[in-house]
Amino acid sequence: MRLPTFRGGVHPPEKKELSQDSQLSVLPPPERVYVFLANHAGVPAKPVVSIGDRVRTGQLIAEAGGFISANLHSPLTGEVKEIAKYYHPTLAKPDDAIVIDRTGEDEWDLLQPAKPFDQFLPEEIVQRVKSAGIVGLGGAMFPTSVKLSPPKDKKIDLLVINGAECEPYLTIDYRFMLERSEGVVRGILALMRALNVEEAIVGIEDNKPKAIEKMKEAVRSTSIQVKTLRTKYPQGAEKQLIFALTKRKVPSGGLPLDVGVVVDNIGTAFSVYEAVELGRPLVERGVTITGEGIKKPVNVVSRIGIMADELIRYAGGAQESVERAIFGGPMMGMTVPKTDVPTVKGTSGITLLLRSKPTEEFPCIRCGKCTFVCPMNLQPFLLNLYGTNRLYDIQVENGLLDCIECGSCSYACPAKIDLVKNFKLHKKVYRSLKGGAKK
Amino acid sequence: MKLSMMAAPHLRSEDNVRKIMLDVLIALSPAAVWAVVSFGLKALALILVCTLGAEALEFFVMRFVRQKKSFRPDLSGSVTGLLLALNLSVSVEWWQALIGVFVAIVIAKAVFGGLGKNFFNPALVGRVFLLISFPVQMTTWFNPFDMQTTATPMAILKQGAPRVFSLQEMFLGTIPGSIGEVSALLLLLGFGWLLLRKRVAPFIPIAYVGTVAIMASIFYAVNPGFGSPLYHIFGGGLMLGALFMATDMVTSPMSIKGHIIFGIGCGAVTMIIRLFGGYPEGVSFAILVMNAFVPLIDMGTKPKIFGKPKKVKSNA
Repeated sequence: MRLPTFRGGVHPPEKKELSQDSQLSVLPPPERVYVFLANHAGVPAKPVVSIGDRVRTGQLIAEAGGFISANLHSPLTGEVKEIAKYYHPTLAKPDDAIVIDRTGEDEWDLLQPAKPFDQFLPEEIVQRVKSAGIVGLGGAMFPTSVKLSPPKDKKIDLLVINGAECEPYLTIDYRFMLERSEGVVRGILALMRALNVEEAIVGIEDNKPKAIEKMKEAVRSTSIQVKTLRTKYPQGAEKQLIFALTKRKVPSGGLPLDVGVVVDNIGTAFSVYEAVELGRPLVERGVTITGEGIKKPVNVVSRIGIMADELIRYAGGAQESVERAIFGGPMMGMTVPKTDVPTVKGTSGITLLLRSKPTEEFPCIRCGKCTFVCPMNLQPFLLNLYGTNRLYDIQVENGLLDCIECGSCSYACPAKIDLVKNFKLHKKVYRSLKGGAKK
Repeated sequence: MKLSMMAAPHLRSEDNVRKIMLDVLIALSPAAVWAVVSFGLKALALILVCTLGAEALEFFVMRFVRQKKSFRPDLSGSVTGLLLALNLSVSVEWWQALIGVFVAIVIAKAVFGGLGKNFFNPALVGRVFLLISFPVQMTTWFNPFDMQTTATPMAILKQGAPRVFSLQEMFLGTIPGSIGEVSALLLLLGFGWLLLRKRVAPFIPIAYVGTVAIMASIFYAVNPGFGSPLYHIFGGGLMLGALFMATDMVTSPMSIKGHIIFGIGCGAVTMIIRLFGGYPEGVSFAILVMNAFVPLIDMGTKPKIFGKPKKVKSNA
């Protein structure tokens, strides 16, 4: 029987071999960190410390600024140096960050109480996830506690854990599944308790047989299932992952909770375990430092807000002919103009790519590749045509807002048209036009 | 280390339009070689004049008329030129063929906005233009090898003359006809290459040939004078048309459903022309007629967006 997957998708070179065998190394705390107030989707956090304040590792330094927001905790034991603007890797512009200088060894400020997850009430787990500032570590940085508090009318019956790690090059979830499977599983169990669900499925692609084996072993005495998926990008996109595992289709414009599902990734589950059972707020995460531009690709666990070039140095440094430095993986990650950019909670990888041949653009020959590979069943060539002719309303009728920006169309296009880049722009234009109309 | 800011995705497939066109040229080459072997150097001259002429004209138009300074040949001109050549009778003169090339590249393609923008298959527009302008040369056929003037299987059928070609002759290609259409075997071989390279989907040819087969069977059952299904499939331009002209990406629908509708339409129009029309052959006209319906077919066969309810239909 063929393994389950979703419709469409592409097979970019996986490049996992660069870093997959590098064991997690926990980096010593850096001398300085830069903690962005926008370290999550939604409203930026509000600082609760001032310049000159002494802080302990794990101490609250900024609190959630709204419902969709998250707490921030000090990744170091040290002193608040300044609150100033630094280049933000996902907002792609300078933004406010709390800068903390280390003054000594870690003195932990832990959340109390820390005890096995089954001694917490479900709502206490949600509260703990919220106070620990946990957000989706896959990259979207959506506050996890919000997902764990679905509206009353939505019945959640399934937790899906994304172990697909479909993004090429990145191997951090893979290493967590291999080396920290026990914590991951306890995190999943805590999430299940918080959501009050009996069922959880971990979806892993068949290019990671060791992780599948290890996770199957780790879930043995639980009701968690581990399912193998046919490797294909973007399997880790939540709508595609839910479909691959359950055949449920998240409605257009809807969320996983509309089909009774909550999706979290491996790293997030581990952070939940740390917050619940060890009382540790989210101050560090796993990062893969990889790409042909990295001399010694590695998987590390490092503090939030460490500069990327410190990580690159740890990975043996960069090659001379590096052309792009990407926060995240090569399919959806964003380039940064320099490497002294701090990491955020959603930074799953730093990928350095070497100079590539300039791509030669051709006119669209209507070959249909983009339509064939689109996991959302859109017609990218048509959307692009509407967009370039500024027919944004027609573009939206044809599913512009359903685009998950996975980049499969751009990857496959033989005319090398920047489809996804255009769609991101068209969405912005459409939204600002609509926003303007409301006023 | 000088970093560039670039948009995701940062990986791109190795594919490009030129490679696709090259694969089409490779796929057509067995039929082209057979054309030269069976119809001689005149066929070679036609192939070279059309292919090189079309590529050169495309280059000239793009660089100097449309002022695209960065234009580099993408081989789409060669594909059009070669297809046109393979659709000609060996009795066509080289200068007549060049006129066909001009019509194909300039009028059917460049005027619409160039590669990807044309509604009608350029090679077929060129061919039909020649058929109307030079009816004598375009419909004077030679036997392969001995080069005796003769009638094609389809013309024989139209004139009600007795069948003279065996299935084997038609399949292998030892029959009179356009220089590239005669050998079904070599055309299928070429199409196999395109399938292997995942350049095309097989649905248009299957629907096209299937429709012809079904319609021919029905009429053959009524009156054998209409010709047997195999005669219709292998005796004329159907294989070349169904495999290489109807499958032109630019002028065919996008979805599998669209491919099937398009193929059925091509088959039906071909048979109506062959059985009841004034021409013995209907493939070129059928494909051109169906080309005009492509936008309509595409609109009617839009894929359902993931997670959208079934009945919602946009009127875009």
